[in-house]
Amino acid sequence: MPTNTPITSQLNSLRTGPDERGHFGIHGGRFVAETLMPLMLELEKAYAHAKTDPAFQNELDYYLRHYVGRPSPLWHAKRLSETLGGAQIYLKREELNHTGSHKLNNVMGQILLARRMGKTRIVAETGAGQHGVATATVCALFGLECEIYMGATDVERQKPNVFRMHLLGAKVHPVTAGAGTLKDAMNEAMRDWVANVANTYFLVGTVAGPHPYPAMVRDFQSVIGTEAREQIQEQTGRLPDAVIAAIGGGSNAMGIFHPFLDDAEVPLYGVEAAGLGLDSGKTAASIARGTPGVLHGNRTYLLQDDHGQITEAHSISAGLDYPGIGPEHSWLHDIGRVNYVSATDQQALEAFQTLTKLEGIIPALESAHAVAHAIVMAPKMEKSQTIIVNLSGRGDKDVPTVAAHLGVKL
Amino acid sequence: MSRIKACFDRLKAEGRGALLPYLEAFDPDYETSLALLRQMPEAGADLIEVGVPFSDPSADGPTIQLAAQRGLKAGATLKGVLELIHQFRQGDDHTPIILMGYYNPINHYGVERFCKDAHQAGVDGLIIVDLPPEEVEELAPYAKAEGLDIITLTAPTTPDERLKTILKDASGFVYYVSITGITGTRSATEEQLRAAMTRLRGATDLPIVAGFGITTPEQARTASRISNGAVVASAIIKEMAATYDEQGRATAASLPTALEKIRSLAKAVRG
Repeated sequence: MPTNTPITSQLNSLRTGPDERGHFGIHGGRFVAETLMPLMLELEKAYAHAKTDPAFQNELDYYLRHYVGRPSPLWHAKRLSETLGGAQIYLKREELNHTGSHKLNNVMGQILLARRMGKTRIVAETGAGQHGVATATVCALFGLECEIYMGATDVERQKPNVFRMHLLGAKVHPVTAGAGTLKDAMNEAMRDWVANVANTYFLVGTVAGPHPYPAMVRDFQSVIGTEAREQIQEQTGRLPDAVIAAIGGGSNAMGIFHPFLDDAEVPLYGVEAAGLGLDSGKTAASIARGTPGVLHGNRTYLLQDDHGQITEAHSISAGLDYPGIGPEHSWLHDIGRVNYVSATDQQALEAFQTLTKLEGIIPALESAHAVAHAIVMAPKMEKSQTIIVNLSGRGDKDVPTVAAHLGVKL
Repeated sequence: MSRIKACFDRLKAEGRGALLPYLEAFDPDYETSLALLRQMPEAGADLIEVGVPFSDPSADGPTIQLAAQRGLKAGATLKGVLELIHQFRQGDDHTPIILMGYYNPINHYGVERFCKDAHQAGVDGLIIVDLPPEEVEELAPYAKAEGLDIITLTAPTTPDERLKTILKDASGFVYYVSITGITGTRSATEEQLRAAMTRLRGATDLPIVAGFGITTPEQARTASRISNGAVVASAIIKEMAATYDEQGRATAASLPTALEKIRSLAKAVRG
């Protein structure tokens, strides 16, 4: 893809992955059943073709601009910055996209690809429901059949999004297996896909899964970082001193990080959900507390027990409640390019309220994890320094959850 | 000669196909699955597939998902499954055992150590659902060193050209996933199966077994004649699980029920 990054040497670039077999270092790959393998190869070919087809790019640009509402603003959060007394915080306002999160960037790209491939039925997994809503939205826009798999626990804690999907004409299947969260929804979506391969496109919502999904979703989400990189230079005349994003599967983070990967002077921070604490046993921090393993089509850091059984993740945020992470993140961790840190449920709840009060912006609980880390970092930095926080989604959907945690009855 | 090859050679001489019943290890407990495993050959199993319970069996339907959950609840680990097979081997040195499961527990165990231990326990072949030819190289050299056959999976979606590539180095037998779907849901028609075998025979001389969606004795008979063997999994587990008590524990009826199902399948395959 075209890039405005001043890469002195392509050979030394961190942006050229994965290799032709979908590996990022030891991570990634295509660990899928044979029934799906030919489809992965077909998808890889179709995407490679679309990526270099100007007509596809033009079509995507058209929808991103006129339907999604891009570019999204980069907002200098002055009151938050002043209150914290350190670095200047800039919010990349992905919550202003249509459907309220960064998810539509990827979904729009993939739905145009699915249409090119002649697929008429879309299946998708969703955690918080943001990806499900985005998928249901484009299916409504293009008149495609839409089946969304969502863990039963998440259906319960994300009721507004479930109803939105219904309104958009999607069928929502609550998944009761396991803990009824994103991992279980992913299994069930894969089962649907394998049974309906002829007409069905599996619209993966994050930078995980078998190759080419991690690379493709990253490419579609990279619009976030490409814009942010230009915007911060327009507003401050230079690159930022830190970029922070929350990580579940890691699509918003990969999207904002990727265009900065070759800017060695820009530290990048991925914030995992620590849940009740990294050592509480109730966490979703796959890098901090996981080991490499193979799940859902790729090798990556996973929360697993001593016998290679996947353990349940926990986070207050349904969107981060996943025991794995995208394989490119795992690689970026291994090579030390991105710093993976974490924020607890409690920190996220506090950040949620702080941002709402000081900036009039209600963040998604997912994004509140990124804000929480900015709250930790900014006071230790100079006032002349800058931090970009990816505000990946809006928090309206989380109002009932937050109210419950604060002991407020709605 | 490997147990797998000896078995198919013998069946060829007998002029019939194989019955490959499946059991989920530790479902619903170690003792029951060991007892079932031990009695399967006498009930008519020619080869046996032993499922390794995994937390996220994304290619399996509800019946095997539940069996895996019960197995895990009963403490199933890969090490424990190998111990089960080791116990079985004390009394049976000829029935081929095929371990079937997902890659992560093997990956976590360590592929080299796993292949050594599996061979020592008496495993003959491996079916690893989510380790396609594109990734199998990380396991293949160790399996080969221990004489373990990695059973290649083929599917209705596998194009002819790809069949030739992936079956080039196949060993043991070839597993044909006869439907596009998960285990224990729908079934392929006789016509579909015949067409598939024509395609597969063009790409391999190895025995071919059909699995996924084979439920009744009639289906097993048909499949074992069109191909070289029929895998039956969910249908056995479903009938056995129906005998468990409310806590999911085995009852006096559990073992006889499973064995009776296998006998009826075997009779059809042999009849």
